[in-house]
Amino acid sequence: MKTSRFLFPLLVLLSGCSGGVQSALNAQGHSAVALKDLIIFIVLVCTAVWLAVVLVMAWALMRRHKRQEGEAAERKMTIAVSVAIVMTVLIVGVLTFASFLTTRSLYSGTDATVTIRVRAQQWWWQFIYDNADPSIAFQTANEFHIPVGKDVRLQLEAVDVIHSFWVPSLAGKQDNIPGRENVLTLRADKPGVYRGQCAEFCGLQHSHMAFLVVAEEEADYQRWAAQQRQAAVQPVSAEAAAGRDVFMSKPCAACHTVRGTQASGTSGPDLTHVGSRSTIAAGLLETTRGSLAAWIADPQTLKPGNNMPIVPLTSDELRQISAYMEGLK
Amino acid sequence: MAALSFRHGPAWLFKIGALFAALGMAAAIGWVRQPREYRVDPPISAALEQIRLMPNTISGAPPEVYFALNQTYETGGFDLSQGKRFYTWFGCASCHGDGRGGSGPSFMDGWWLYGPSMVSIVSSIRDGRPHGMPAFKNKMTIDEIWQLSGYIKSIGAYKASVSAPSRNDDRNTRPAENRAPAATLFEEGPNPVHPDQGPSP
Repeated sequence: MKTSRFLFPLLVLLSGCSGGVQSALNAQGHSAVALKDLIIFIVLVCTAVWLAVVLVMAWALMRRHKRQEGEAAERKMTIAVSVAIVMTVLIVGVLTFASFLTTRSLYSGTDATVTIRVRAQQWWWQFIYDNADPSIAFQTANEFHIPVGKDVRLQLEAVDVIHSFWVPSLAGKQDNIPGRENVLTLRADKPGVYRGQCAEFCGLQHSHMAFLVVAEEEADYQRWAAQQRQAAVQPVSAEAAAGRDVFMSKPCAACHTVRGTQASGTSGPDLTHVGSRSTIAAGLLETTRGSLAAWIADPQTLKPGNNMPIVPLTSDELRQISAYMEGLK
Repeated sequence: MAALSFRHGPAWLFKIGALFAALGMAAAIGWVRQPREYRVDPPISAALEQIRLMPNTISGAPPEVYFALNQTYETGGFDLSQGKRFYTWFGCASCHGDGRGGSGPSFMDGWWLYGPSMVSIVSSIRDGRPHGMPAFKNKMTIDEIWQLSGYIKSIGAYKASVSAPSRNDDRNTRPAENRAPAATLFEEGPNPVHPDQGPSP
């Protein structure tokens, strides 16, 4: 459908609502484009109907009233009502058919080359790149990469309560439901960083449950995946090395995994390459040494109710751990 | 006092009024939610470490701050729910099963090897116990240990309670935590104990 071209002035007005990086109007994927075309088509048709109704009503109010009686008036009335009924049925039928066509096209992608398991939990996202060969499998949190122009199959799961996976620029919403697996196929047609977030109220920090989808060319994607498969880098500075030792001896290691070390907890996000992600705490803060320190020092003030406790640390230990985390590229 | 007499209306009107007032009060009390404190102040968590065990490591005195917190780890629904979460997260079930024991002792046979007090349970989790119970002091923070202890105490409680953790997602394999324990679970009798774990049941 090429209707979007005519809507440019309207879109300019609406651009005030779009944040750019996360907007259904900034459609960059197969499903999102189909949904956007559908809604624009429906809005156009409904606007036309609304205008017609208002015009006819205005005309009925303004015209000089002339009492008509008899057979001619009856016939006129019959024609008017019949036309209204036929038009209503026709328009509803066309909209239903358009909606059916769009919905069918959303589920057509079956030749996915990449499968990612998306485990939503209070309040972060776990992205698992499963593989029969465990040396190729890896996982990350709150940020994942996909190859551009390829269908990607997402298996949506939930650990605790119902969440909903939504990247407005790439696809429609799909719920993550505990105890079952929903499948969403999406495709990004243009490289870029797309923001998504939980779209089903899931508790206190629902609004701080965002993630990023990085769509990139196949070669870049393969390079990223190869880098993610690596075990964590060894700290180079003395400060970071001390941070690693603190991390292993404190409760940190009981909930977080850093592959290549003895830290193998599974209830918190995998931190093997935490320094390579652009945000921490599900999109709450940019990844810098300062924000890492702030988060580790007092997670319950930054994101009240989340499951990360305040671990008692001295100021030196806090500095060392932050240096270690920042270095885990 | 004359103004307080109810000569001006029929008695049933007064009774209905009193009923509605009582309902209103109940609704207001129900509406005032239990306040939740997510952030445990560092001085409080430091104080929570200060448990004083008896020399035989069974029971003892909890820190003063525990009473200042209204014993929330035993009575607060949120804390019990967090304890239930940690029971899974920190692998308690791998030895203690659903609470009926396995390679570790049962919490539901009516016999606590080190007594049923919170202090004993906190100490068991934090510092470990002989014959296989590991210490969790480097795996959990002290407030998490208190939350988990409250939950474990509720599994083996001798009587029903008004505060409960969230429900199971899976099929129930034992009575709910806040229920009165099923008598049959006590009749099974406790696991045999080692001589250094206190008197035999």
